[in-house]
Amino acid sequence: MNFEFTEEQLMIQQAARDFAQRELLDDVIERDHNAEFPTKHVKTMSELGFMGMMVSPEYDGGGMDTISYVLSMEEISKVDASCSVIMSVNNSLVCYGIEKFGTEEQKQKFLRPLARGEKIGAFLLSEPEAGSDATHQKTMAEDMGDHYLLNGTKNWITSANSASTYIVIAQTHPELKHKGINAILVDKNSPGVSLGPHEDKMGMRSSDTHSVMFTDVKVPKENRIGEDGFGFKFAMKTLEGGRIGIASQALGLASGALERSVQYSKERKAFGTEIMNHQVIAFKLADMAVKIENARNLCLKAAWLKDNGKPYGIVSAMAKQYAADIAMEVTTEAVQIHGGYGYVKEYHVERLMREAKLTQIYEGTSEVQKIVISRDLLR
Amino acid sequence: MKILICLSNVPDTTTKIRFVDENTKFDTNGVQWIINPWDELALTRAVELKEKNPAEIENITVATVGLQDSEATMRKALAVGADRAIRINAEAKDAYFVASQLAEVVKAEGFDVVLAGIESSDYNGNAVGSMLSELLDYPSVSSVSKFEIDGGQIVFNREIDGGSEVLNISAPVVAIVQKGIALEPRIPAMRGIMMARSKPLNVVEPVAVDALTEHVGFELPPAKAACKMVAEDNVAELVRLLHEEAKAF
Amino acid sequence: MSVLIYNENWDGKFKKLSYELVSYAHAIAKLANTEVIALSIGDVAEDELKSLANYGASKIISVNNDKLKYLANKVYTGIIAEIAEKENADIIVMAHNNTGKALSPRLSVKLKAGLATTVNAIPESLTPFIVSKKVYTGKAFAKLKINSDRKILTLSQNSFGIKENKVDSTVENVSFEVNDADINFEVKDVNKITGKVLLNDAEIVVSGGRGMKAAENWGPIEELAEILGGATACSRPVSDEGWRPHSEHTGQTGKIIAPNLYFAFGISGAIQHVAGVSSSKCIVAVNKDEEAPIFESADYGIVGDALKVLPEFIEAVKKVKSE
Repeated sequence: MNFEFTEEQLMIQQAARDFAQRELLDDVIERDHNAEFPTKHVKTMSELGFMGMMVSPEYDGGGMDTISYVLSMEEISKVDASCSVIMSVNNSLVCYGIEKFGTEEQKQKFLRPLARGEKIGAFLLSEPEAGSDATHQKTMAEDMGDHYLLNGTKNWITSANSASTYIVIAQTHPELKHKGINAILVDKNSPGVSLGPHEDKMGMRSSDTHSVMFTDVKVPKENRIGEDGFGFKFAMKTLEGGRIGIASQALGLASGALERSVQYSKERKAFGTEIMNHQVIAFKLADMAVKIENARNLCLKAAWLKDNGKPYGIVSAMAKQYAADIAMEVTTEAVQIHGGYGYVKEYHVERLMREAKLTQIYEGTSEVQKIVISRDLLR
Repeated sequence: MKILICLSNVPDTTTKIRFVDENTKFDTNGVQWIINPWDELALTRAVELKEKNPAEIENITVATVGLQDSEATMRKALAVGADRAIRINAEAKDAYFVASQLAEVVKAEGFDVVLAGIESSDYNGNAVGSMLSELLDYPSVSSVSKFEIDGGQIVFNREIDGGSEVLNISAPVVAIVQKGIALEPRIPAMRGIMMARSKPLNVVEPVAVDALTEHVGFELPPAKAACKMVAEDNVAELVRLLHEEAKAF
Repeated sequence: MSVLIYNENWDGKFKKLSYELVSYAHAIAKLANTEVIALSIGDVAEDELKSLANYGASKIISVNNDKLKYLANKVYTGIIAEIAEKENADIIVMAHNNTGKALSPRLSVKLKAGLATTVNAIPESLTPFIVSKKVYTGKAFAKLKINSDRKILTLSQNSFGIKENKVDSTVENVSFEVNDADINFEVKDVNKITGKVLLNDAEIVVSGGRGMKAAENWGPIEELAEILGGATACSRPVSDEGWRPHSEHTGQTGKIIAPNLYFAFGISGAIQHVAGVSSSKCIVAVNKDEEAPIFESADYGIVGDALKVLPEFIEAVKKVKSE
């Protein structure tokens, strides 16, 4: 079993690290405070190829493997989880969804600009009354013969405003229940699409989150991804990969918090010595390190399974659930280790803690992940 | 125009410096190797120029004197935008040795502009670039803080005490570059990393050259005395200490 | 056998580092039981040339040629090499500045003489020739052994000091032919920063970092520098932001300086910055964060807001200066 990264994977990891440390770090606190979208940084990410990392070069993507993606997501999330969520949604949900299940025309039209990062993608599944319980979609995509008529509301949509390409999950045949759901590519600027106000969130505030309302939006039939009624399966399959992205994001929040805590412990003095020399602190750091190592191994295994064409849905659920939960624990502990300094924005760790909370909730709550895992165990 | 950039492989700047073998050798255990920061800036500038004037710059080559473990950093240089890499298979004995090896590469191929960082962050020799120019009998311009190509004309800004000179010069020339030559080292894009897979990295054997110098020992600096702290509301005391105790002004 | 030094001039005048160079060379010459020969290239008056004798140069060679107005590395190297041969110099020393960096390596190849740059003390032995120098950007020292018959050294500024050693001296004017073809560049423009004390020469440097909050707050830094007759400097983020010119950036990738007194106002003291100023004789730090790493490198410190401390500091210095 080879646990070593290739030279190329290490190069990609370093590129992500350099980008995060040199560019994102400077204004991350300010952007979080002002809930300011990272326009300049998303442009740089596009130029560096981070927005379509795993898309085939045939469609203007980076052609890199999922392990490189995990490493990059981790490095970027150590500094800026808002940028990494924009990156994760674009890569894992939207680009992957179109590349894996779309027609050649759809790939040419939609995938290429998304892979280049010229356009940003958003994934619209959650509704005001359907979060964890995604089978009860109320958004309707009525089959009008030559087009779909879209009506309904979607909630908590990452990049709702900055995106141009939406993948909307909607119900076409209610009598078929979840087998009557479709995934449809919608241009955000279509008439009838309107956005709710910008959500004032606890964390990941630099990423824009809105509700999206559809009022008689006409969408061409050829924008449907896959066969009629494939939408739910599409969503579930795509979310499997999305879990790897968010798990890596949670991993980055945790490992970033640990790096800062280690540095702080080496400098801060209390009771006559640096706090790293007090066993209580040293043991906290050790516990954090073990959790992170486990989370990382889960992320990398899920990535490896995906890269090697093996089923990865269960391991990715484990990775997402575990990484998110330990991210919450580790970032909270990081704030504790920093003491008063951990409570103020300047020292970053309070932001990491606020951001970690969301990783336990979105793209499938930790509880939903446990449903996935236990169902598989108890088959 | 063919450009050659001389790259040196150095320990990452956050590496803890330690010595082994009774303080005669640098401890390479666990060290992360990177491209010498000044060389990386030189490479970035060359890539920027090629992007701006693709017709003007035929290709960019990077060369290093090093063993196989230096190939990772060479491939990064290819990912950043160099077209080809040459590794001279030898340990970098001293600056004269390194410059002599690089001279053979230049003589074999012929380059119009050779760029070298003004020093390397490990031995701070400040020597390889200029030594190379003398070995080749090429003109050299040192302390170069800007490199432009203006309608085919090579223009360097050379830093002097209290200012800078702007020089027009013709190839072949060696430029020893420093801060300012590029704003920030280029981060390789996914596209570049993929293209690096198929770019040539040639290994050549060294020529026999004796080093002129050798390191016979190292030592860490003595521990610093603790900082004398003065209260914020007693600034006058600090001034007194500086004037009477340290006699600093 | 002799010790040859190359003494650069600035508009016909020498600087403190020129005298430090002579002092250093004289100390070596004494060890080796020989004399110091100083070489100057440019238009320097006899009085000025003779001033080198106060520090131990017994022979001063002056080369002047209109064509040598601008530093031409190849040509200058050729001149120094020829004089070195003529005077049988086996140890050649230059200052470690822009010119020293440009010429010493070329000279090393031309004379097949091993080179040790940024030395900070006289050699600990002459046979074998071993000299100490800084490596790893100041994090360690190396003992470098030079195996060749001839040796070239470049001296770090303000590392040895100036020592008076008046000796009898002769001044010799030597002429050199310079072909136009040898000067193969054209100087299009010269930008000079005039008026202020040059950062490299300053004995006192007042530097500011991000803790100064904005470019508009630099007044007190400039004022303090002026009162103390020093230069101003800054940390990298400050020059990156454009608050201060790049020429003021001191640090690993900026200027490396070694003044007698270095003030760090609102500078956290990241490794990269400290590497540029760690050779300063005395470092004073003011930072509102008591954990700031700068305090590990500083000799004196105040935990406080630089913006508040500076005006008080200036008043106190004015008071002391008036007494």
